[in-house]
Amino acid sequence: MPVKDRKDVQTVTIRFAGDSGDGMQLTGTQFTNTSAVFGNDISTLPDFPAEIRAPAGSLPGVSGFQVNFSSRDIKTPGDEPNVLVAMNPAALKVNVADLESGGILIVNSDAFTEGNLKKAGYAKNPLEDGSLSGYRLFSLPITSLNANALAECKLTKKDVDRCKNFFALGLMYWLYDRPMKQTLDWIDAKFKKNLEVAKANTLALKAGYYYGETTEMFTTHYQVPKASLTPGKYRNIMGNEATAIGFVTASALANVPLFYASYPITPASDILHELSRHQNFGVKTMQCEDEIAAISAAIGASFAGNLGLTGTSGPGICLKSEGINLAVMTELPVVIVDVQRGGPSTGLPTKTEQADLLQAMFGRNSESPVAIIAPATPGDCFYMAIEAWRIAIKYMTPVLYLSDGYLANGSEPWKIPKVEDLPKIEVRFRTEAEGYFPYLRDEATLSRPWAIPGTPGLEHRIGGLEKQNITGNVSYDPDNHMRMVELRAEKIARIANDIPDLQVFGEPEGEVLVVGWGGTFGAINAAVEEVQARNLPVSSIHLRYLNPFPKNLPDILGRFEKILVPELNLGQLSWLLRAKFLVPTIPFSKVKGKPFKISEIVDKIEEVLES
Amino acid sequence: MSTAIDSTAKLTRKDFESDQEVRWCPGCGDYSILAQTQKVLPDLGVPREKFVMVSGIGCSSRFPYYVNTYGLHSIHGRAPAVASGVKLSNPDLFVWVITGDGDGLSIGGNHLVHCMRRNVDLKIILFNNKIYGLTKGQYSPTSELGKKTKSTPMGSIDYPINPIHLALAAEATFVARSLDVDTKHLVEILQRVAKHKGAAFVEVFQNCNIFNDGAFRNFTDREIRDDRMIAIQHGKPLIFGKDHDKGLVLKGIKLEVVKLGNGVSEFDLLVYDEEDPDPTLAYLLSGMSYPDFPVPVGVFRNIRKPTYDEMMLGQVEKSINLYGKGDLEKLFNAGDTWVVE
Repeated sequence: MPVKDRKDVQTVTIRFAGDSGDGMQLTGTQFTNTSAVFGNDISTLPDFPAEIRAPAGSLPGVSGFQVNFSSRDIKTPGDEPNVLVAMNPAALKVNVADLESGGILIVNSDAFTEGNLKKAGYAKNPLEDGSLSGYRLFSLPITSLNANALAECKLTKKDVDRCKNFFALGLMYWLYDRPMKQTLDWIDAKFKKNLEVAKANTLALKAGYYYGETTEMFTTHYQVPKASLTPGKYRNIMGNEATAIGFVTASALANVPLFYASYPITPASDILHELSRHQNFGVKTMQCEDEIAAISAAIGASFAGNLGLTGTSGPGICLKSEGINLAVMTELPVVIVDVQRGGPSTGLPTKTEQADLLQAMFGRNSESPVAIIAPATPGDCFYMAIEAWRIAIKYMTPVLYLSDGYLANGSEPWKIPKVEDLPKIEVRFRTEAEGYFPYLRDEATLSRPWAIPGTPGLEHRIGGLEKQNITGNVSYDPDNHMRMVELRAEKIARIANDIPDLQVFGEPEGEVLVVGWGGTFGAINAAVEEVQARNLPVSSIHLRYLNPFPKNLPDILGRFEKILVPELNLGQLSWLLRAKFLVPTIPFSKVKGKPFKISEIVDKIEEVLES
Repeated sequence: MSTAIDSTAKLTRKDFESDQEVRWCPGCGDYSILAQTQKVLPDLGVPREKFVMVSGIGCSSRFPYYVNTYGLHSIHGRAPAVASGVKLSNPDLFVWVITGDGDGLSIGGNHLVHCMRRNVDLKIILFNNKIYGLTKGQYSPTSELGKKTKSTPMGSIDYPINPIHLALAAEATFVARSLDVDTKHLVEILQRVAKHKGAAFVEVFQNCNIFNDGAFRNFTDREIRDDRMIAIQHGKPLIFGKDHDKGLVLKGIKLEVVKLGNGVSEFDLLVYDEEDPDPTLAYLLSGMSYPDFPVPVGVFRNIRKPTYDEMMLGQVEKSINLYGKGDLEKLFNAGDTWVVE
């Protein structure tokens, strides 16, 4: 057996791509979990079509999963894959332009049939015409190699072929020196009721692995050593999962049951799926008839003394607007999750965007302020979900939680917190009848008492009509209305007293300040780190609180000559900063349904520095 | 599920009157429905603080302001959804939905259908005056074809919806109809609504004396009522008429009005069974309208099925039994974990 070189590398990005039925998400997830448990830092980016099963071999049917794993601290799934695994011509066509020059390209040559080539729009076979000469092409018949390995399995040809993703995975495990144990255990657990399928997948994985080891194909294989993460216990977590677990935690910390009402919508549905698994925490989930019913039920739940929560994506927020306004008017704590996705209307259902910020701020009739927060990373979703409830309860207000498709489906290692380190959420249901009025206000927060049905002596009526301050009676008095509009605004403004100051990443003053919010944190942070390493006068801040803004924001903005605001929209935060602080900002927009690459932001920073 | 009864204080109708001035038009049928409700509530053996009145938008939906319990005047058509959230969050509460024909059947038709088919334990009172009152007189989903209103000067070209048909089709477990002017009947029906466990729907014919005055008068006026309406009673023959001389029989799959006498007796008439799980006869009856048939009032359907709230609670309990009471430590540490030294 030839002894092959083993080479240490720091960071590798692999993209698995195939038909939406090829199991690429599963393959990517297995590789990710193995790498995470192995001790690498990881970051992932799934990219799947909106159609469940577009015609096999077609361009719209291509599903991809990118994983970046590293021995150092990484912040994004990587700009350009170093390796592309393409299971058919369509997957090659859609993804090859992203592959780094000279990168490893592994293709399943069995799938490069005349029919598939035609479906992918190739006039000639790219494996044979020299068009891929800029890459290290490994063309291997994965389908038939897999079928040979599984010859003894008592499965149909279709079921055998279905295992070929594990052959590819095994090959990648060998190439990057990963242990197979994790995935073998997963197979055993997953298919414990179907031993033949378990056996087939096991054989496929091992066949791929040993194929790498025994063939002369690869002269080198690679090792990515463990990363030096902060000590502690970790798990891999996806943003939606972290969001859901954060809400369950908030409910436990507040000792108030969670009620989640939602209507299925990509990419928010996984929050519903995750929460519905935790009924033993007293969590109740309701799949409603529509988005309006969902927010309405959440409002009813909060009125009745539960944590009324609803979640959706952009199109659902439009429908929920009237409900959010009722929550504003009734001053009830309701949390509304918006996992932003691409485009107006149905748009790009499975792609990411950050373009609902102005809708969150202003997308309701009249003066209707709500608190808005946005997590920065998949793991941060956990903490911001708890924070959403802290603010909602303390200030008796709806809170909009702006996640996005990139955070929702992306994953990273998450340092598991200790329960006792998490802050309790204080809840004071009013019980004292003496002196009670529904719109009495706390002096510091301006919040009204949370008095719930079932409490004797506090019977009261609230609703969408304007309220007289203090008594809560319906009032059409002009002066009272203006006072209430101001009070509702002031209540939200005062939250600024209760949120952490922004920390500047880098020098506290300089030439360029990069301002980000939400899921673009990783790309911005990595880009700024890169230019700072070259001693360029660039710093950054990242906003996790968007309404109100942190108190020290204007001060920081004033200490830099140029303010660059990269966003996955046409400049919404940029617009807000200009309007609110009268500072010239430079918007940097990308609206392609894809996250920023680090290099794009680096290039833009350089351009701004030179201008 | 607990339905704790506070027997310490005897409540009276006054306890359910709020300090808010009632602002319906003088002569509005809503006054009667409010009064009969306030009469029924104290005698249910339920403490006042356990009632929640949830409404949408419209004249009828101002109702919660006038009842001294917990109340939520919500948004147009959404009361069934809001009320579902209230009931599911705290199943100890007695949750009433107050809605109108415009609110409940037009903008809120969707929510109404779904809370009924889920059998959420809600008491739903639909005030039907066949007109939009609060928006000043446009036709509603229950207005008759050809109805001339401000928005239909040539007459409405919408076919009306039959609320009882809708409730039966949605499989509400309690379906009834009453009318504002027959206070005795209304009280009886409201008492039964209040005591039903599950989605209880009652349509109340209610006069809007400003925009649709007398919409029901051709069969509800005292002197003609007995001949033009029929009160459905469980276990009793379907008989009506001032002289108890008319009844209903089934001919093929159609109802027919027969005159008693000439060999036709009470024993030939249909006997009504409101507990029949099959809603076919209920559907036939609710399709009757004057002048071909007497207009039916009473309880069309009354069955018991597990409610959505009971089943939800049951699942929470089952989940706790299966997996143990939720433990954050376990939740955080689920799946593959690793330790960095």
